[in-house]
Amino acid sequence: MSEFLQFLFSGLTVGAVYALVALGFTIIYNASGVVNFAQGEFVMLGGMITVFAHAAGLPLPLAALAAIAATAAVGVALNKLAIEPARGAPVVSLIIITIGASIFIRGAAQLIFDKQIHSFPAFSGDDPIHVLGATILTQSLWAIGGAFAVFVGLWLFFTRTILGRAVLATSNNRLAAQLVGINTDFVMTLSFALSAAIGAFAGVLITPITMTSYDVGLGLALKGFAGAMLGGMGNPKGAFAGGLLLGLFEAMTAGYLSSQYKEAAAFVVILAVLFFMPQGLFGSKSTDRV
Amino acid sequence: MSLLQIERLGIAFGGLRAVHDVSFSVEPGEIVSVIGPNGAGKTTLFNMISGVYRPGSGKVRLKGEDVTGMEPFLLAARGMSRTFQNLQIFQNMTVLENAMAGFHLQERGPVLADLLNLPSSRKRTRMAEEGARALLARVGLERAADREAGNLSYGSLKRLEIARALAMNPAVLLLDEPAAGCNAVETEEIDHLIAEVAKSGVAILLVEHDMKMVMRISNHVVVLDHGEKIAEGPPEAVSRNPAVIAAYLGTEAADADR
Repeated sequence: MSEFLQFLFSGLTVGAVYALVALGFTIIYNASGVVNFAQGEFVMLGGMITVFAHAAGLPLPLAALAAIAATAAVGVALNKLAIEPARGAPVVSLIIITIGASIFIRGAAQLIFDKQIHSFPAFSGDDPIHVLGATILTQSLWAIGGAFAVFVGLWLFFTRTILGRAVLATSNNRLAAQLVGINTDFVMTLSFALSAAIGAFAGVLITPITMTSYDVGLGLALKGFAGAMLGGMGNPKGAFAGGLLLGLFEAMTAGYLSSQYKEAAAFVVILAVLFFMPQGLFGSKSTDRV
Repeated sequence: MSLLQIERLGIAFGGLRAVHDVSFSVEPGEIVSVIGPNGAGKTTLFNMISGVYRPGSGKVRLKGEDVTGMEPFLLAARGMSRTFQNLQIFQNMTVLENAMAGFHLQERGPVLADLLNLPSSRKRTRMAEEGARALLARVGLERAADREAGNLSYGSLKRLEIARALAMNPAVLLLDEPAAGCNAVETEEIDHLIAEVAKSGVAILLVEHDMKMVMRISNHVVVLDHGEKIAEGPPEAVSRNPAVIAAYLGTEAADADR
């Protein structure tokens, strides 16, 4: 029992980060139909910038805020410099552009920061909490709580606000959105900023537990993508549930099978989803009118 | 000063002069139709006026203001709305939501008020919903309000697109082949709708293939052929114009008619 609980806690912690990455995917996907593979780099930037801002003397909360703001700016730059000039290009081309951007950001981070592994202190100390024979880090609670808060915020944003509905309208039919007076360029910029900020937030939450370095982004992007696919691309509920489930699946595989297979878990999930239910858990079947 | 003034508008795609040197104007409450054979440049002209294409030359003035090449979302805010020949509908939304989307500019408010579901936000949403329902009733779709738009018939979607365009309370409404693909009954319904909208003071610019419809409802007809304006005037005069008959039926027919 205590063993299971231990796996559960670690699964939820890492799942919370996957959920945040998946939510980041969801926002940009919702606005443009593009899967942004630079999403993992946003997580990396969030952790790395916090590390270096903290080392430079900023208090941790300020350093984290600065990292989130700076990463959001990187997201906006990505949209303005790489995505917007290619407007009208097929979605596949835009996705390839984001892969290129992720390689570029990784290389730049390697030059600007370094190739070492870094971390910073947990928010509320390093004393774990004991629950029924298992232990959970306070930082894990931060990660899970943070992911949940972002999820609720996004869900309200997309269902309640006109701006959120404008994002959905833009994804549904860009031309029609423009016709009713929606500034679709602004919607795109906002999506990239929001999604980058959420990625950076995930980086800030997880770095004290898993540590960070310039190259953590790719793995996170793939896991987050698997989570988003599992839940159903474009659905915030699906992204959140999919990310958490993937984390749990990974932790259980590592615990009960072998930690060697841990990394494979995500890819088994992607393949299974693609084979058996391409629309994911919460996704709706897509149909085209002819 | 006309409400909508088109001044020597032109555009070329590579060597092809799709539209060349076309001028005309539209007054409030007037129905102006642009006609011409297939490939005459009607839709291109429309796309330039509504900001989908940037014109190569010439000017578009709306209420006297130069709006040439302005993006569609900005034109929407200035009172120009349009529909498309190949529908631009939010397929995964309900009919009501599509109509409510037309109220986007009027319904906008602070994000925080929306998030907290403040009374001001609820009031704006209610305003949009009531407005949308009234418009759906006006175009005869009130009973389809909660159906997914993708499931509607073609004629109904055409009317839904007009309802959404009207939600913006436009001064000028551009309709691109509103009756294309509709049966006789649907065409007549759209006919009535257009006439009624014009009566309320909205200027209407129409591209249409259905000649009977054009002749019946237009005040003024502009004829394009090979991208150039070949005739302009009241429907009866235009329909007797030899150049127009030649463009539609070929020169031999025009000669035989003489």
